[in-house]
Amino acid sequence: MDRQEIAGIVTEIMCDVFDLDELDYADDLSADAIEEWDSLSHIRFIVAVEKRFGFRFSSAEIEGFSEVGDLVDSIAAHIA
Amino acid sequence: MRDPFGLPWLLPAEADFRARLKALRTAGPFDAAGLRALVQTALDATQLEQASRVVTAHADDLAGAGLRPLRLAIVATHTAKGIAYALPAAGLRHGLLLSVELADYGQAAQQLLDPASSLAQSRPDTILLALDAQALGLARPYLDAAEAEALVRRALEYVAALREGGRSHAGAPVIVQTLAVPVESLFGSFDGQLAGSVRWLVETFNTRLRASIAGSGDLLLDTAFLAATVGLAQWHDARLWHDAKLPFALDAVPLYVDRLCTLLAAFRGLARKCLVLDLDNTLWGGIIGDDGIDGILLGQGSGTGEAHLAVQAFALDLRARGVVLAVCSKNEDAAARLPFTGHSEMLLREEHIAVFIANWTDKAQNLRAIAATLNIGTDALVFLDDNPAERAQVRRELPEVAVPEAGSDPADFVRILGQAGYFEAVSFGEEDRGRAAMYSANAERAAVLGKVSNLDDYHASLEMVCTIAPFDDAGRARVAQLANKSNQFNLTTRRYTEADIAAIAADPARFAVQVRLADRFGDNGMISVVIFARRAAEWRCETWLMSCRVLGRRVEEAVLAHVARAARAAGATRLIGEYIPSPKNAMVREHFGKLGFTRIADRNDGGSVWALDLTNYVAPTLPMILD
Repeated sequence: MDRQEIAGIVTEIMCDVFDLDELDYADDLSADAIEEWDSLSHIRFIVAVEKRFGFRFSSAEIEGFSEVGDLVDSIAAHIA
Repeated sequence: MRDPFGLPWLLPAEADFRARLKALRTAGPFDAAGLRALVQTALDATQLEQASRVVTAHADDLAGAGLRPLRLAIVATHTAKGIAYALPAAGLRHGLLLSVELADYGQAAQQLLDPASSLAQSRPDTILLALDAQALGLARPYLDAAEAEALVRRALEYVAALREGGRSHAGAPVIVQTLAVPVESLFGSFDGQLAGSVRWLVETFNTRLRASIAGSGDLLLDTAFLAATVGLAQWHDARLWHDAKLPFALDAVPLYVDRLCTLLAAFRGLARKCLVLDLDNTLWGGIIGDDGIDGILLGQGSGTGEAHLAVQAFALDLRARGVVLAVCSKNEDAAARLPFTGHSEMLLREEHIAVFIANWTDKAQNLRAIAATLNIGTDALVFLDDNPAERAQVRRELPEVAVPEAGSDPADFVRILGQAGYFEAVSFGEEDRGRAAMYSANAERAAVLGKVSNLDDYHASLEMVCTIAPFDDAGRARVAQLANKSNQFNLTTRRYTEADIAAIAADPARFAVQVRLADRFGDNGMISVVIFARRAAEWRCETWLMSCRVLGRRVEEAVLAHVARAARAAGATRLIGEYIPSPKNAMVREHFGKLGFTRIADRNDGGSVWALDLTNYVAPTLPMILD
């Protein structure tokens, strides 16, 4: 799966979790740009990603994400 | 076996859930029924939160849809936002219109022990106390027997103080919870034997907490059992605890809030009353009409037969705790009854079934008839059927009937039925023990009614004994239960907790009675509650309610005679009655008029106020012995 496909799936998950009708993906998307993105929905987002891709992040990895691009990179590394 | 996290007794969530929710949010007139149907599916935590926002935004629209409002305050020592946000949708699933107030993180003592706290001031109907082992000092071992004992005692004293605070400052019962046993062992199996291991601390705390609930008016959510049901390692997610202080895995949220709402619904008297059973491939394997008495599978010799027998055993156990049983089958009546009388393995007998309907009419119509015969609402029914087409027809025609998604394997039926929590109860007393028999007796009474030529003969034939007595401790739980469950014959629909009932019993300005009725078919138990506020010249009726199973037995006339005599003896000259309309109590609109009261005023809400002049009142002769 290439990075673009991963980003597409992550975008779908974000629409679901943050209850958005549409979302233009960008690597620098972060909680600042999305109103529904708070600490609780962040956890739901991460857990939904884990379920979809079938692995678990470590606490350290989660703490290292500051924008969506970081998450997509991490997913790519995990499933490579 | 299907994963309990996925609420397997419900249909799966719709694939286009978000689109449907959006349509509900944006469509013209709000579709309350559509939203209720949507939350009857197994929503995940995210979907529950999204649906909850719609519930909360349309609280006013839903208030008119016959839901029971309930204000819940949550006091937690961990993150409880995920629970609070998911609850309104889960509540709607159980007929509750929840408004949830979440106290600030970690403010348990301040909120519950201070009479001026915002929680105490908000006057919630009930308070969920969500504590964890860390906050209670039970998360680390203390391998000294005396100190271990002291740790548990202190934890329970702390919980007791919080419960007392909730009761006295906020005036609300508290829901306490057992603690999930940690997955980690210190020694291994030995942990359970060693005073002071975390497992010992938590299990000892849980045992004593469970024992402290009876008679307190508080409620218990057995979270430890819930965690054990799904598996402790599935329940607790160490990473989410460390990262965000979430007490359990995200996947556990839907199950947790559903169980909590089941408990709240039981507290509000909304638990189901009657289990309606299909026959072919539900109570036995095969089709009686085709396979005959020797061809159906039941009991020994076959796994399928044993599974069907287990369904019967569970139905009997439910009956013994007060759940009424009925049969609804597409069959010839004679064929359907054959196994009940002629199969040696059958546990269920005809006398266990209060209403037995076997015909070729559609099941929704038969379920209506069963509810009508038992004098209960269709929303009190649970319908167990192996056939997905029948289940779908009933869900479509009668969405208020609970229809467990039982699947087609009879080995799953008991577990699905048990896990769904339809018959959750917060107490169990003598009334419950005998209820199923009473409903069966009612069916016999109806048969007698068919044979006698007039009502007076019927009443005389019943040999009724009516007992009217002041409130007492023994009856308190049943009085509260009646006050919360009675909707139809209920003049004012005021709800009372056990604590309220105790306060009324002790109040010299109140005249309150509980009424029992027995007859030759059995004891109906406590069937009516009446509360008057006594003033010098007139007594005013605050509550008058009666169980519909004794309708038309002239009990209300006996009660009036009793109240009138007491009021006269106290020097009063008038009784005042009030009818406050609700969506369900139209049957008592003319209650006071029928008893000889005169209508003296109308209320803005369509209700009415009535008066009875005691100087002219003459007590009637009644077809019962007054005890």
